[in-house]
Amino acid sequence: MLLELNNVNYVYNEGTVYEKHAVKNISLSIDENEFVAVIGHTGSGKSTLIQMFNGLIKPSSGTVCYRGENINEKDYNRRALCGKVGLVFQYPEHQLFEQTIIKDVCFGPKNQGLTEEEVLERAKWALCLVGIDEELFEDSPFDLSGGQKKRVALAGILAMKPEVLVLDEPAAGLDPGYKKQIFDAIKRIHEEEHISVVLISHSMEDVAEYAERVIVLNDGEKIFDDTAGNVFSHVEELEAMGLSVPWVSKFAAALSKEGLDIRRDIITVDECVEALKRLL
Amino acid sequence: MSFISIKNLVHDFAKRDEAGEKIGSFTALNDVSIDVARGEFIGIIGRNGSGKSTLAKHINALLYPTTGKVFVNDYDTSDINNTYLIRKDAGMVFQNPDNQIVATIVEEDVAFGLENIGVPSEDIISRVDEALRAVGMEKYREQSPNRLSGGQKQRICIAGAIAMEPACLILDEPTAMLDPSGREEVLKTVKRLNKEKNITVILVTHHMDEVIDADKIFVMNKGRLVLSGTPEEVFRKTDEIRNYGLALPYATEVSDRLKKLGYDIDICLTGEELINAISACRNVRGGI
Repeated sequence: MLLELNNVNYVYNEGTVYEKHAVKNISLSIDENEFVAVIGHTGSGKSTLIQMFNGLIKPSSGTVCYRGENINEKDYNRRALCGKVGLVFQYPEHQLFEQTIIKDVCFGPKNQGLTEEEVLERAKWALCLVGIDEELFEDSPFDLSGGQKKRVALAGILAMKPEVLVLDEPAAGLDPGYKKQIFDAIKRIHEEEHISVVLISHSMEDVAEYAERVIVLNDGEKIFDDTAGNVFSHVEELEAMGLSVPWVSKFAAALSKEGLDIRRDIITVDECVEALKRLL
Repeated sequence: MSFISIKNLVHDFAKRDEAGEKIGSFTALNDVSIDVARGEFIGIIGRNGSGKSTLAKHINALLYPTTGKVFVNDYDTSDINNTYLIRKDAGMVFQNPDNQIVATIVEEDVAFGLENIGVPSEDIISRVDEALRAVGMEKYREQSPNRLSGGQKQRICIAGAIAMEPACLILDEPTAMLDPSGREEVLKTVKRLNKEKNITVILVTHHMDEVIDADKIFVMNKGRLVLSGTPEEVFRKTDEIRNYGLALPYATEVSDRLKKLGYDIDICLTGEELINAISACRNVRGGI
């Protein structure tokens, strides 16, 4: 087991009038080679939760263990953990700062105490994984398009060779073409490098398309933790929480209401087309 | 005369070196001509960098044409004396609500624009009331905006824009950062304002399902207007839309794939249309 949370709570501004219980008694684990999505309405505690994954914030109570070790113990090496659990925040492109793309991506591994050659090798490997051309390496990251900037920022985290990659809305504001590029890169990282991915997203379609397992948060509590197919079968519960299900799931439900015999666990466009072929 | 009339609009952005010297230019909009009638609901779609936002900013006189003309309610945007008149007529809402909220109390935020143009305070109160009612946020008027959800904040931004009683509302990806219920709140609000108050709506978006019931859609690619028409006319060109790096509405995507597989299914825009098409196709087959 890579990451294990046990009865974790987080309270902001404890003991003041602004007290907010953001994460309530959550237990969950992330195993090796998993692709997990976390969904929940704005303010449901998603971002607070993931900041506890690498010790950026410390739970008010409960434990967070990485490979069996409690990361909030006094002598735990949290600095090394930041390389193992890579967090990519929303708008990662705002964190680009160097003069050239290659220098920007080198920043993380350079701080891990690697030799210059190792650092460069890592950076090139990461940029290649996210599909940035070698010709661009010496260009300024600020001259890139939105989608390219996001991929360079992602490479900056990958260059630290994380074992778990946590992404908060990695494609917000991108057009469908660039969004696909980002998700294709993430999928390749997951499949080829066997890195576990935790994805936060408001797009039920993206979650259905890429995640194997879905965790649903509502007001700081974990409501569901199951396969994507099973989670999206709870249409009414999800809608009551301000969430939704993929368009194709709603469509399949409407078809079956019309009396047509169609599977109810359809969550992707491919599955929908396959099921309809059988009907026609 | 159309309410918004754009004629052969070209917009060049200057490229500058580190010393601020102009070293070249980039054409963001190239010979774009568009006409919008009062009360229309317009969707603008296109890739990142295709010129959608630049176009939207021209309608609000945030940018001026390099060549060509933009008229809003007959006012020429390139005449600096018209700027305030145009901004009163065309309200703008951006992607991130947090970047647009300026006050610490909801009603003060909505009143901000009105105070700036010197509306008497009694009128401000009634116009803020009405704007908050129009977006369904009247219960929150005395709250702090930072305790609201993303969808609620975005509705406050819309209230701030419509308090100015604009004839037109320009929304640049207003739902990109919202969760599903927030997105629905905002869309319902915008559609209602369009219908009930006859406000002209220009919606820039990457979510094709948000514009399937628009009156007209404009598709931008590399600074040029490449397609325009009703949603039906535009999305019927499925391969062309895909070639521009865009997605199709879900029902269109599914129906297009079935059609290409040889089934007798026409291109659909909505789930209902697709259900009907599937039933019809099965009935025909059943009849044989």
